[in-house]
Amino acid sequence: MSVGLIARKIGMTQVFDEVGNVIPVTVVEAGPCYVLAEKTIKKDGYESILLGFMDKFKRVRRPEKGFYDKIKTFPKKVTEEFRIEGESGYKVGEQVKVDIFAKGDLVDVRGKTKGCGFQGAIKRHGFHRGPMSHGSRYHRRPGSMGACADPSKVFKGKKLPGQMGMTNRTIQNLKVIDVRAEDNLILIQGAIPGPNDNIIQINKAIKKKG
Amino acid sequence: MITNKSEILDKIESDFLKDETLNFNIGDTVKVHFKIKEGKRERIQVFEGIVISIKRSGVRKTFMVRKISASIGVERIFPFHSPKIDKIEVSKRGRVRRAKLYYLRQRIGKAAQVKRLVDHDRGKKVQKTQGTSKK
Repeated sequence: MSVGLIARKIGMTQVFDEVGNVIPVTVVEAGPCYVLAEKTIKKDGYESILLGFMDKFKRVRRPEKGFYDKIKTFPKKVTEEFRIEGESGYKVGEQVKVDIFAKGDLVDVRGKTKGCGFQGAIKRHGFHRGPMSHGSRYHRRPGSMGACADPSKVFKGKKLPGQMGMTNRTIQNLKVIDVRAEDNLILIQGAIPGPNDNIIQINKAIKKKG
Repeated sequence: MITNKSEILDKIESDFLKDETLNFNIGDTVKVHFKIKEGKRERIQVFEGIVISIKRSGVRKTFMVRKISASIGVERIFPFHSPKIDKIEVSKRGRVRRAKLYYLRQRIGKAAQVKRLVDHDRGKKVQKTQGTSKK
């Protein structure tokens, strides 16, 4: 794996490609991220690189301040570790910018999905609902469960109402449509998790090559 | 650096906007010259009909053109800023009182027409205007 980026979701729009086809894109503000620490097999048992994104002005705690003073960088709002293999080529304090991605690359985007609160089985799992009239009295319930004397219990993993969204999701193999280095923007084809302003992680696609 | 989200999106969209503004209105009969690629050859197809709706703004602006082809109604939605549109010619100005002419779908034959826009000051039909310039 290689170094990725931490980014902020700006919003969606559409662009035209060279042929004139409409492409839906999500615009993200990616980086510049700062290398805050390096982890090595020798010291930590695994290799990774710690990146920071967006300056933090308020509520910087003392131990936090000490950490950032040591590496002479401004405190960061978001920090995220990226697993790497071998040498990353970056030193502590250096910037990682959008130019690590190029037009046509495939990326995996990870982020927290929109929180929908406590939802029923219909919205959460796509169950069918019962008839609303004709004396049905069975409308939006999750159905029967537990069966009879055997097994007389509800199996684990049964789809039931509960918290929907607000979980981490990774969308794989999204195409990079454009990289605008001067504004630190990346245009990614299709939708990515979460609302606008959501903090996301962009990595090179692990399953496919662009 | 711009921090406002909508400004960032506006800036990206501005790269894809055409310079010209809309030169037609709802109810007008237009000829849309649309580029079609067949293999390597590129040719232009003309789609002529009545503009029955204009939707959205910015780079997402689209317009719907309706025509009767072999007694079957055909509607096509074009993105206004699409580079595939070579030019748009207005062949007739129409006088309508609605923003969306979906009622034409229910009409058959002569009833499915739009009245011509007449310039009453001059007492004659409004002149044909030339289509938009290229890109």
